Amino acid sequence: MIELLQRIFGRQTSKSSKNVAQERLRLVLMHDRLDLSPQLLEDLRTDLLNVIKEYMVIDEGSMDIDLDHDKECVALVANIPVVRMKRLPSN
Amino acid sequence: MGEGYVVTSGKGGVGKTTTTANIGTALAMLGYRVVLVDADIGLRNLDVVLGLENRIVYDLVDVAEGRCRLRQALIRDRRLEGLYLLPAAQTKDKTAISPDQMKELCAEIKKECDFVFMDCPAGIEQGFRNATAGAEKAIVVTTPEVAAVRDADRIIGLLEASDIRSPLLVINRIRPRMVRMGDMLDVNDVIEHLAIELLGIVPDDELIITSTNRGEPAVLNSNSKAGQAYRNIARRVAGEDVPYMDLENGEGFIERIRRMLGLRTG
Repeated sequence: MIELLQRIFGRQTSKSSKNVAQERLRLVLMHDRLDLSPQLLEDLRTDLLNVIKEYMVIDEGSMDIDLDHDKECVALVANIPVVRMKRLPSN
Repeated sequence: MGEGYVVTSGKGGVGKTTTTANIGTALAMLGYRVVLVDADIGLRNLDVVLGLENRIVYDLVDVAEGRCRLRQALIRDRRLEGLYLLPAAQTKDKTAISPDQMKELCAEIKKECDFVFMDCPAGIEQGFRNATAGAEKAIVVTTPEVAAVRDADRIIGLLEASDIRSPLLVINRIRPRMVRMGDMLDVNDVIEHLAIELLGIVPDDELIITSTNRGEPAVLNSNSKAGQAYRNIARRVAGEDVPYMDLENGEGFIERIRRMLGLRTG
């Protein structure tokens, strides 16, 4: 009701569709500008795996690498179950 | 030597063709020699918006393939001296011409006029590459909607990766009343996201539809607000410093009545 009154008097409410559009646009542009295609993410995953495998044995089947979109930022989140550490040859 | 502009948007239906027709016509009204090129091969419609569809004999592909000379394919507008259309082929597709051929063709056109505008097809594929090949400047058209701004952002990225620097923005179909109610992105919101120079703002205007029905660009109608906006844009393209249209203080009651009665308003 208050929202309706505010709209009648031309006041913007925080839920005005413009603000929703603004926020959605911000997120979609942030995502687009990262320019991370599924192929690129797959390449990153393979490269990461190869590096990690030099140090530890991991469970490749249940690992998960993805970009996590928070309201404010984007994070690269990797969840990689470690089976055991590799015994590195001691110098 | 003329300047080459590509009018592009990424998303379809935001007003590229209307923008091309109106800026071109308005520049011709100012006395410049203007060639409008419909680069949307296979889906031509700039001819219809300009009202020149019945006069097409040759098209862009005919010129590129040497079936006719450029002069034979250019259609001169009967209303305005100095306004020409190079129509697209309707029965071919985008691969009928290459970016290199387009570049060559544009160089030839630029020798004959002050401004060339390429009406770019929607999308980012070969049609886009063809339309941008002959241009050194770009006008990006968007509307205040999430999808259109998103696609404009993508296009700006692609333009900046090509030889075209500093594209200019036209925000089309603004509804001042909805902006006031907080139900439409405003000009500043859009500029903030896209971060390119603003060339002009165009209000949503029913006269665009009626003028398109008639094949007479809205700039020829002194009652059209969008027409006024496009005339301002044309003057900016020509290098004049023109203030942006004040959309907030739209016409008052009296002006509306006058307009309904067909009287000219200030």
